[in-house]
Amino acid sequence: MKRTTISLCTLLIAGLGAAQAETVVPTAVAFEEGAVAQSLTGVAGDPVEGAKVVSTKSQGNCVACHEITDLADIPFHGEVGPMLDGAGDRWSEAELRGILVDAKMTFDESMMPSFYKTEGFIRLGKAYTGKAHEGDVEPLLSAQQIEDVVAYLMTLKD
Amino acid sequence: MKKGIAAILAASTIFGAATATADESAELTVNGEIDIVTKTAAPAHLSDVLDEVMSGWRFRSDQTQEMQMDDFDNPGMLGVENGAEIWATVDGSEGKSCADCHGEPEEMAGVKAVYPKWNAQAGKVFTLQMQANDCRTNRMGAEAWGTDKGPAIDVEALLASVSRGMPVNVAIDGPGHETWKLGKELYYTRTGQLELSCANCHEDNYGNMIRADHLSQGQINGFPTYRLKNTKLNGVQSRFKGCVRDTRAQTYKPGSDEFVALEMYVASRGNGLSVEGPSVRN
Ligand code: HEC
Ligand code: HEC
Ligand code: HEC
Repeated sequence: MKRTTISLCTLLIAGLGAAQAETVVPTAVAFEEGAVAQSLTGVAGDPVEGAKVVSTKSQGNCVACHEITDLADIPFHGEVGPMLDGAGDRWSEAELRGILVDAKMTFDESMMPSFYKTEGFIRLGKAYTGKAHEGDVEPLLSAQQIEDVVAYLMTLKD
Repeated sequence: MKKGIAAILAASTIFGAATATADESAELTVNGEIDIVTKTAAPAHLSDVLDEVMSGWRFRSDQTQEMQMDDFDNPGMLGVENGAEIWATVDGSEGKSCADCHGEPEEMAGVKAVYPKWNAQAGKVFTLQMQANDCRTNRMGAEAWGTDKGPAIDVEALLASVSRGMPVNVAIDGPGHETWKLGKELYYTRTGQLELSCANCHEDNYGNMIRADHLSQGQINGFPTYRLKNTKLNGVQSRFKGCVRDTRAQTYKPGSDEFVALEMYVASRGNGLSVEGPSVRN
C-alpha cells in the first residue's frame, strides 16, 4: 500500500517535471565538439524504455547496424556500425547524447542517421511510403526517447 | 509423428541460418554449360573505390544460388517463356511482331549487355524497355508498355536470357556521358530522413549484414530478378524505388529521367560481370 502511494507520488512529480522543463527543440540543440551536455527534456532517461527503442524496428532500430550482446535475444543484429558493448565506458553521457542527436557532428560524414534533426534533408519522404513529406517534420526519435536511449547506453559497461 | 515435426522444424532452422551465411566464393554455371562471371576486376571508372565487382548472386544463400543453376529450377524462366510468346505475337496497327523484324530471340544475343545506351535518333539514352517501346510505338503502331510492367519485364527477361554469359559492356563515354554523370551523382546523393546513398549500403558495406539482410553491391547484371519475397520478376527501376523508399525519401518514378540515368550508371558499375538475368534473389 505504502509503496503504491510512493510510486504514484514519484510519477506525479516526474509528470510535473516533464511539463515544466523546456524540451530542447532539434534546431536549438547546442553542440560542443559533437557532445551535447544539456538534457533534452530535464527528465532522467529510462534505460528499460531505451532498450526498447534501440531494438524496435519502427523506433531507433539501432540493432539494424549495431550488435549489442545485452540484447542477444533480439534476432538479427547488423554489422554496419561498431559493436555497442562497452559504449557507456567509451563515451560520456554528453558525448552519447551528441552521437544520438546528430552523429555527423562526432563522425564526419557518418552513415549513422541523425535521430534528432528536422532540417536539411534531400527529397524527404513521408516515412516509408516513398511519397513526398508534407507539413512539420518530426525527428526520428522524440527528445525523451533520446534521453532513454542515452540512459540505456550508459548501462553498457565492459 | 511428433518426431517428424521436430525434424522439419530443425531443418527449417538450418535453412534460416543458411540465409545469413552465403557462400561468397561459389561459382555459377547455368544448365551445366553457361559460365557466368559473378566476380571480376572492377571497371576502370570504379578503380578508386572498388577492386572487384560482384554479382548479387554471390551474396545469396546456397538454396537461392542453386535455383539459378538450372533453368528448370529458375522460376524466372516462366517469364522468359511468356516473353517468347509475346515476341512472336502480332500487335498494333501495322500487323507486326518483334519476330517479324528481328527473327529468333537468339539473334538478339549481346544486345542486353550494352544497355542502357545512347539512341542517336531519339537523342537520348534508352533502356532496353524504352527501345522495345520505341519499336512498338514507332514501328508496330502498338501502345507502349508501362515501365517494369508484366510484358515489358518478360520481354526484357527473354532478351537477357539469350545474352547470358556475355560481359556487361555499357558505354560511359560519348553522347550518353551526361546521363551517366547524372546517374553517378544520384548514386552518391544521401536521400531521405535516414540520409543514405546507394553507396553507403552497396559500396561501403557490401558483405555486411544490415539487420537480417546481407548487403550485396547492388549490381543489376542479374536483372530482371525473380524475387522469392514477392514471387515475380522485378525490374531494375522498381528495385531502385524500393531502396530509395527505405531511406525515408520521396522516390523517383520508374521511367523517370533520373531512374534511367541511375540505371545506366549502375549497369556500368557491373561492366565485366556476365549478363545473368533472369536471376533468382530473395
Ligand atoms: C544505418 C546505420 C546505423 C544506425 C541505424 C545506427 N548507427 Fe550508430 N553508428 C553507425 C556507424 C557506421 C558508426 C561508426 C561511426 C562512424 O565512423 O561513422 C556508429 C557509431 C555509433 C556509436 C559510437 C560507437 C562506439 O564507439 O561505441 C554509438 C554509441 C552509436 N552509433 C549508437 C547508435 C544508436 C543508439 C542507434 C539507434 C538509435 C544507432 N547508433 C543507429 C551506424 C548506425
Ligand atoms: C517493323 C520492324 C520492327 C519491329 C516490329 C520491331 N522492331 Fe525492334 N528494331 C527495329 C529496327 C529497325 C531497329 C533499329 C536497328 C537495329 O538496331 O536493329 C530495332 C531495334 C531494336 C532493339 C535494339 C537493338 C540494338 O542492337 O540496340 C531492340 C532491343 C528491339 N528492337 C526490340 C524489339 C521488340 C521487343 C519488339 C517487339 C515488341 C520490336 N523490337 C519490334 C525494327 C523493328
Ligand atoms: C539502407 C540500405 C540501402 C540503400 C541506401 C540502398 N539499398 Fe539497394 N539494397 C539494400 C538491401 C538490404 C538489398 C537486398 C540485399 C542485397 O542484394 O544487397 C538491396 C538490393 C539492391 C539491388 C538488388 C541486387 C540484386 O542482385 O538483386 C539493387 C540493384 C540495389 N539494391 C540498388 C540500389 C541503388 C541504386 C540504391 C540507391 C538509389 C540503393 N540500392 C540504396 C539496401 C540498400
